[in-house]
Amino acid sequence: MVGSRAVYDELVRIVGKDFVSDHKEERYFYARDGGLMPPHEPDFVVLPNTSEQIQQIVKLANREQVPIVPQGAGLALTGLVIPQRGGMVLDMKRMDRILEVNEQARYVVVEAGVTHGTLKNHLHRHHPQLRHSIPDSPPTATVVANAVIHGQGRLSQQHGFNSDMVSGLEVILPTGELCRIGSCSVSPYWFSKGPPLPDLSSLFLGWFGTTGIITRLGLKLYPCKKMRDVMLALTDRAELVPDIMLRLSHTEMVEDVVAAAQPLPLRFKDTFWIMAYITGDTQEELEFKRKMVWDALWDLFESRDVGILSLPSAMKGPLLSMPSKDTTRFADVSKGGGFQYAGPIAPIEKFPLFVKKLEEVAANYKLFYSSTSRLIGAGHCMMFSFSFSFNRANADEMSRAKKALDECSRFALEEGGVLWKADIDEQKLLMDRMDPNTLGLMKKIRQLLDPNGIMNPGNWEIE
Amino acid sequence: MPLAELQFDKVKCAACKAVSCLVNCQYMDFKDTNEAKREWQEVIDGRDSCVLKSCTTCYACEEYCPLGNHPFYLIVERQEQKGILPAPRPIVTMWINQCQPVGKFIVGKVEERALSYCFLPQLNVLVKGKLFDGIAWSAIFGQEFFCNAVYLHYAKASIIKDRLPAVIENIRSQGIKELVCLHDECYGTFTSLVPAYGLDLPFRPVHYYEYLYDRLGELRDLIKPLNIKAAYQRNCSARLCPQTDHYVDDIFELLGVERVKRQYDRDNALCCAEVFRMARGPAFADDVQRRNLEDMAESKAEYCVFNCPACWDALADKVLDSGIKPIHMIDLCRLAIGEEQGLKLPEASTEA
Repeated sequence: MVGSRAVYDELVRIVGKDFVSDHKEERYFYARDGGLMPPHEPDFVVLPNTSEQIQQIVKLANREQVPIVPQGAGLALTGLVIPQRGGMVLDMKRMDRILEVNEQARYVVVEAGVTHGTLKNHLHRHHPQLRHSIPDSPPTATVVANAVIHGQGRLSQQHGFNSDMVSGLEVILPTGELCRIGSCSVSPYWFSKGPPLPDLSSLFLGWFGTTGIITRLGLKLYPCKKMRDVMLALTDRAELVPDIMLRLSHTEMVEDVVAAAQPLPLRFKDTFWIMAYITGDTQEELEFKRKMVWDALWDLFESRDVGILSLPSAMKGPLLSMPSKDTTRFADVSKGGGFQYAGPIAPIEKFPLFVKKLEEVAANYKLFYSSTSRLIGAGHCMMFSFSFSFNRANADEMSRAKKALDECSRFALEEGGVLWKADIDEQKLLMDRMDPNTLGLMKKIRQLLDPNGIMNPGNWEIE
Repeated sequence: MPLAELQFDKVKCAACKAVSCLVNCQYMDFKDTNEAKREWQEVIDGRDSCVLKSCTTCYACEEYCPLGNHPFYLIVERQEQKGILPAPRPIVTMWINQCQPVGKFIVGKVEERALSYCFLPQLNVLVKGKLFDGIAWSAIFGQEFFCNAVYLHYAKASIIKDRLPAVIENIRSQGIKELVCLHDECYGTFTSLVPAYGLDLPFRPVHYYEYLYDRLGELRDLIKPLNIKAAYQRNCSARLCPQTDHYVDDIFELLGVERVKRQYDRDNALCCAEVFRMARGPAFADDVQRRNLEDMAESKAEYCVFNCPACWDALADKVLDSGIKPIHMIDLCRLAIGEEQGLKLPEASTEA
């Protein structure tokens, strides 16, 4: 269905004709993402520039019963911003202002279109003593969308999910009201998303835009040391990986712990790579941290089960890059640029089991695989990626990849994992397993906030 | 096809009174020559010996042996036979897999005279300019041409014996008659390991120092003496081809470089120690590196000249921290003929 002329004209009045489109080209582009979910076209693509414009758009959408799908860079890969019921995609990229950096309270306030790349550069140039938790998505990923999907990043081992680092929100509710969440609701400062107030941020984080449109976000910043290094521990025993990760976390010297498992390039074959990132303001500080890492793994080193590889510069450079370019490279291993992963959040004890499953599924479906697991919150859990690459020009390979991902997701759920940035099929799997009262609460929240059901319909849709 | 066997003369070795292989070792201590001889006889006879576990795999005993009898290769054979792992198992696995032949021939426009980049992509930034006019495009690189000597560090002589004949054949099949080895691990393989295992070599290996010396002779008019003092960082594989060490002196003389006298040079050189780190941990490696760097500084060296890119990775930034400029031998030659240094340290940054 193509949207009505009246809606189009009203959108033009709100944002200007250059920032609304109902052309086929834009509708085609905004109908899909880089993953495996089937496309579905929106009726309109709209690029607002202010919160006030979004309020007017939301009121229009309620009046005309038109769905709204807010979008960052559209990089989730699980179809979260594919407009399942048409309507309008709200592309937030024009709202790209960094509004405030509070150096002493260590937070930044950004608009919804600010990307991780932009923020990284801004901090590097103007506030080099501060940094934020950079995810390993392309640098065009937006800060807000990454928080909405509970993304993880380079500081997640120490500070949890990137959404845990949110320090305040400005949200346009599905009924059009502008609402501030956290300390910024009573103070000019954006230092807390909840405490000491009731924490209302969880009404919006993790909901994939079904409960409101985040227009501004406060994000906690952390000290940026002058030097950074990576240490690489190798083992050929999957069952040791959780222990290695925990030991590294226990040092409280490591800012990020990532474990990789993949068959290619050949240097990865038959071993698991555990990267430990350390930082320091002096060589002495770095050296002390290196020693702590060695000490933490010493008995495993002496038993010859774990080695710490001396990294040549050619290997170290890519490992230190932020975001990692390896994910993007992996996306084109099968040529044709297709890549998707199931990324359950799970206890780290599941690592050996998940790796075994990944290898089995890849062999059964004849797919190339890789896995990158990031420790979250001092070992409270990990994000384990069952990743497959595929050729977008090869329908059979895409079909096999989808089946492989579905099988991995179901397996992860059965093993106690919780699916991360679940696509609409996986959301159903999750909700089927969810405690009925929890599900009921989610339904009440959605109905209360979005009485007309206009916000990103199809997602978190409770029967 | 049966694997090649090490040509080792047990009788000659047992008769040796000097036991230089162990007595001169910088990392093993023996009460006296008699004790060293007893331990070495255990190695010869294939029995347990502290030597097999204490060996740091520095390769130096290959140079110390006055009989050319390959004591280090024997140690490696014995370590493998007894399942002794000088480095953790996953490190060995990674190395075995990483350099596995895959049937991918990475070659330039190969002529009868060619350059071998071994499996070291860093060499790409060095092979530039006038020094390599007329040959730069004639190059081979990658697993199919990798000399495999690195497995000497990991008690895996079997891998060398398994892969080396195919490597030699791969080089021959390119029509190469003369191979200029840009990493002396390759040169050491072809001039030491190959005869030690009784293999035939259908081409002439040329050490890149010899190539540089000859080429500098042709470019003599361009050379502007550097008038500097330099420490030389000798690497492990230089022990496989000690006959090439004089080229360091010869090239330095051509370039106006003084090779500073210091404790840890020539046959008493300390290697970069990064293999020690992976095998024995940081304390041992740090001590070797500290002694080496302090010795360089005490010798008043302005530059540290590297032969091996792996040594560069291990030591270049530490050399710089000691107030000494790191430079690869090829770059030293390039500086002297007015060209720029190719291999540089990455700028320190908090984010890449």
